[in-house]
Amino acid sequence: MDPTSRAFIENAHAGLANPVLRRALGIAGTGFPARRAEAVARLPEFEALRDEGKAIKDHTIAHLDYYLELYEKNVTAAGGVVHWARDAAEARAAVLDICRSVDARIVTKGKSMVAEEIALNDHLERNGITPVETDLGEYIIQLRREPPSHIIAPAIHLMKEQVEEAFRAAHADLDPARIIAEAPQLCAEARAILRPQFLAADVGITGANFLIAETGSSIIVTNEGNGDLTQTLPKVHIVIASLEKIVPTLEDAATLLRLLARSATGQEFSSYTTMSTGPRRPGDLDGPEQYHVVLVDNGRSAMIGGEFQEMLRCLRCAACLNHCPVYTAIGGHAYGWVYPGPMGAVLTPALIGVAEAGHLANASSFCGRCESVCPVKIPLPNMMRHWRERQFTQRQVAPTYRGGLELWTWVARRPELYHALVEIKARLLGWLGKSRGRFRALPLAGGWTQVRDMPAPEGRSFHALWAERQRAKR
Amino acid sequence: MSARDDILGRIRNGLGRGALTGDAAGKVAARVAEHRRNLIPARATSLEQAARIDFFVAMAEVVQTTVARVSSAIDIPNEVARYLAAENLPAELRMAPDASLDAIPWSERPLLNVRLGKAEPGDAVSLTPCLAAIAETGTLMLVSGEATPTTLNFLPDTHIVVLRAHQVVASYEDGWDLLRQRPGGGPQALPRVVNFITGPSRTGDIEQKIELGAHGPRRLHVIMVDDVAADERK
Repeated sequence: MDPTSRAFIENAHAGLANPVLRRALGIAGTGFPARRAEAVARLPEFEALRDEGKAIKDHTIAHLDYYLELYEKNVTAAGGVVHWARDAAEARAAVLDICRSVDARIVTKGKSMVAEEIALNDHLERNGITPVETDLGEYIIQLRREPPSHIIAPAIHLMKEQVEEAFRAAHADLDPARIIAEAPQLCAEARAILRPQFLAADVGITGANFLIAETGSSIIVTNEGNGDLTQTLPKVHIVIASLEKIVPTLEDAATLLRLLARSATGQEFSSYTTMSTGPRRPGDLDGPEQYHVVLVDNGRSAMIGGEFQEMLRCLRCAACLNHCPVYTAIGGHAYGWVYPGPMGAVLTPALIGVAEAGHLANASSFCGRCESVCPVKIPLPNMMRHWRERQFTQRQVAPTYRGGLELWTWVARRPELYHALVEIKARLLGWLGKSRGRFRALPLAGGWTQVRDMPAPEGRSFHALWAERQRAKR
Repeated sequence: MSARDDILGRIRNGLGRGALTGDAAGKVAARVAEHRRNLIPARATSLEQAARIDFFVAMAEVVQTTVARVSSAIDIPNEVARYLAAENLPAELRMAPDASLDAIPWSERPLLNVRLGKAEPGDAVSLTPCLAAIAETGTLMLVSGEATPTTLNFLPDTHIVVLRAHQVVASYEDGWDLLRQRPGGGPQALPRVVNFITGPSRTGDIEQKIELGAHGPRRLHVIMVDDVAADERK
């Protein structure tokens, strides 16, 4: 999809004014954190596992070239094929070539954020192939022709009324008098509609939560079982995954799996964790005849050795979204591309450029909740700070804002002047605001007073009061 | 330059070194060969086998798996018939063509229609063995093979799994060890698919309310044969 990250502020306002989104995010913003907290409380080792998870990913990235080569060797030994893709275009071409080689008409898909990143569905459609999303949330947003708003719950911005509307429009040959007002009926309808698609598909495409170098295996984690039907029934299975999904061994994968479900949904373990190694074996009664892996770089290798390398630890659990006061207020679409929330604010500019998305890092109060819940301890606020710095040094901020910051910096470096000015300001505002105790409008503070009153100061600055008390003590 | 060499080159450039050689490569290779266990939660490893089995059952039931314990494999046909009747399901099932299941005396329940093979679209109920059960999270571990087609685990509405109590292990790592001990050894001895299954299929994609039976089975029923000897049950 084409990013609309530049329009973040407009997008955010639209999100804040959307009553459906307000209700939907209200459910998400309380449910996910509560369930995660319960799951963490049940596992005394959770904090220690976070440290181990971080160490495993750091070790892997520091030896990524080695593990990728080992992984490829083992995929090949198991009868699979690895396709390397430098960028989105190469990844799309690789998938299309495989589909064409088997004259594919229908392609079923499990949920994959990398497939969203490379806009795979549009590309397949343009080339006469019908992609069918099979994860319920992905299916809903595919019908509505909109991008996911959350990396594990793509339709989290919708309520059941919107789902019903989408189903009635798309499933026009079903009885219009049928009742599909509630979630069980909607789920049953999606199951019935998608079942024949699973059976008819020529190719199944899934993402991967982990790629295991030691064995050449891919792991997917789902709750619905759609990923398993997607990869088991068609004659070709394509795994599409970015480079940093690699882990060294099965034991390392087990440690990260313990962190993933708890951080994502608060489950002890997702319903289905599936490890696949190569195509159907001689004597097997089912399974795909071909097993392909499209390994996507698309900007990851450029993050290695720089200040955003630690972002490559990300497991895509979405805990940082679920705990973010900004994400849970404005929703994922405001971020304008594939990855929203704190992880999106850090990753998106690294993948599509600071000019396009560097300002996403401003959508944070730096409360630090994202880092505190990250299963692999990614210092998200710090990395957002790095993007703010780059945005500033590359002169991608408004001249008034830039000028204001430069003036403030100049004053702040002169403590006596700074204290004197603050004291004057405190006295002046304290005197002006004495009668009402607050201001409804203030010059240079319109951004604040447009939406809320500014409390009037007491009349003295903290520094002045502090100095006075210190003197009194002597 | 191929995409492969280009990507590997960029990674090495970022890491500020060339391809690993000599000692450095040896150390990483040794880490893989050793595949050391990381921290494993004590909740199931610290238990004796009998308590571990009970823990598995409790964890499985939390995620809506139902568990019936029978004292011998002879009782399995009766339990299958009872379960199907209780759930108002037809007395027919598709069974994995696995020797351990063939040995069950199905002829004692002649009204139970048992067909062998992979799952077909119309099949309502499947019956499969499993490799292990992971007590830590109430998880079943199933592997694909000539006698255990994967479609049985996902296509039918109801999945019945036969588990022997001695197959209950503490952790996923214990499950990996079972795979590593398979004949042939090494990565190429891995089954094509390993399924860790923790409860029936579910989704929370509509308003975060959990619905069972999204695409996979709506019901997951475990029949556990209590074959752990009395002297191990202390």
